[in-house]
Amino acid sequence: MRVNQGTGAGVARPPDLAQERPGLRERLELASLAVPFRVKLALVWLGIFVVLGLLFALAGFDTAWMREEWLFVLKGLPWTVIISAASIGLAIVLALFGALARLSRNPVAYGVSGFYVSFFRGTPLIVQLFLIYLGLPQIGANLERYVPGIHEALLLDPLTAGILGLGLNYGAYMTEIFRAGIQSIGHGQLEAAYALGMTYRQAMRRVILPQAVRVIIPPTGNEFIAMLKDSALVSLLGTVVSQMEIFRRAQLVGRADFRPFEAFILAAAVYWGLTTAFQFFQGRLERRLSKGYVREYGAERRPRFLPASAAGGIGPGALEVEVPTEAGPRQER
Amino acid sequence: MEGSADGRPVIRVEGLRKSFGHLEVLRGIDLEVHRGEVVVIFGRSGSGKSTLLRCINFLEEPTAGVVEVDGIRLEPGHRTSNKKELIRQVRIRTGMVFQQFNLFPHMTALQNVMEGPITVKGKPEAEARGLAMHFLEAVGLADKADEYPIRLSGGQQQRVAIARALAMEPEVMLFDEPTSALDPELIGEVLEVMKSLSTELHMTMIVVTHEMGFAREVAHRMMFFHEGKILEEGPPSEILTNPRFPETKRFIDAVL
Repeated sequence: MRVNQGTGAGVARPPDLAQERPGLRERLELASLAVPFRVKLALVWLGIFVVLGLLFALAGFDTAWMREEWLFVLKGLPWTVIISAASIGLAIVLALFGALARLSRNPVAYGVSGFYVSFFRGTPLIVQLFLIYLGLPQIGANLERYVPGIHEALLLDPLTAGILGLGLNYGAYMTEIFRAGIQSIGHGQLEAAYALGMTYRQAMRRVILPQAVRVIIPPTGNEFIAMLKDSALVSLLGTVVSQMEIFRRAQLVGRADFRPFEAFILAAAVYWGLTTAFQFFQGRLERRLSKGYVREYGAERRPRFLPASAAGGIGPGALEVEVPTEAGPRQER
Repeated sequence: MEGSADGRPVIRVEGLRKSFGHLEVLRGIDLEVHRGEVVVIFGRSGSGKSTLLRCINFLEEPTAGVVEVDGIRLEPGHRTSNKKELIRQVRIRTGMVFQQFNLFPHMTALQNVMEGPITVKGKPEAEARGLAMHFLEAVGLADKADEYPIRLSGGQQQRVAIARALAMEPEVMLFDEPTSALDPELIGEVLEVMKSLSTELHMTMIVVTHEMGFAREVAHRMMFFHEGKILEEGPPSEILTNPRFPETKRFIDAVL
């Protein structure tokens, strides 16, 4: 697009301004408008990294140490992923049953799920983790004389306790996400399934849940990203050396060599890379699930929230639009 | 064509009442529909036509009365496991076509039609596929079998919905204003399919519609609903040309 800088050449201006030569401000504005948004965005990011790099240099961070130790921190990544994947798996199962129970007229199912959601959303995650890790063995010890072997069974290792706690906590939040997802499917779908002679169970399994999945996936992805970060809390239970995740490893080397900042910047970088990679895969999954909801073939390749004309000018950020979750925004548990 | 071989009606409704809160929508409906018969129900919106259809397959629980479909007798009351199973048996024997089509958007046309036979009747996939293709052909959409509903026009979607109901091989088909949500130029194709159900398959049908041309051509009997009751009924030739009640006449004049 060429921007006309001449005076009064076809561009309508207020009459008094049209007579004078454009001022400095006017010329700057016009020059700025000629630069595509995408280029400006790239410059902003570049600027942020330059400033950060400068701070980095000024702080006198020990980059040599970081180069040496980053692999050690990175080795925690598989454990972060394992903890998060196992926990989200547990959370999804709990959320599915929790949501169906919240929608059921069975008083036991409704009551139990109501208690579950209320308790695990209403107390901090860290408290729940310690209740499971430290509280369960105490209960077990006291029950040992009635149920032999229960003490042993409730004596969980930190990793198991962590996965259990994260799964239970996130399952409570995701129960509400799943419930909303199921309820978002129009009543006509359930009626059509019933009219064919389906039972409630069949209607859920064949008609409602497959459609609800599409609605549920984006907020569940959000939960998973939150969980990748909250998995750091499991370290507070004191994991064994061979099973340490990113944060614990950073803490360990940072303390040992007295390089806390360097260590945690490494940890932050690994977490950031992980969540960014996950967002990419989530985007692909969502596009695959849009089958049956887009009219023209190929249309699913463009960001769904934007018209075709706008998609080109916004850049990669457009796909990372935050999807509001039922549970709402939250920073800590 | 009136009357089935064994003389028993496919659908029998007796003293049917339905209230939503204080509003009584159905105020005592009695009717019998025999095998092969096409009954068209018409009347102002809010007169209880749709509610009657929805009470016949218990998508709506009646407040009082009896519904009998193919010999299965249902009455209002608590939904015990036993009653749920009876309701399901009634629904298997009645095909329903909705105003808003209600196709399953995550399935192709073919999958929509196969769904009932596979999930509800437990038919093997190959058999269900054959059955589904047969009925898609019957509604003229064999070439759209692999399309998702969103890529079909309203008329095509409604025809798939008809095929989906037919694939359950029901004793009776209930049509709840099947063309009301369609653009005018798409209404004809759906009515044509419905007409062929009667002429070629001798399907028993209850049709709630305002398409008087269709009624005149296809219906054996017409019923005029007024304030929750059947005010007047008779063959189309009679009711359309010589209605007995001023309400009926006024309504017919308004829609024609």
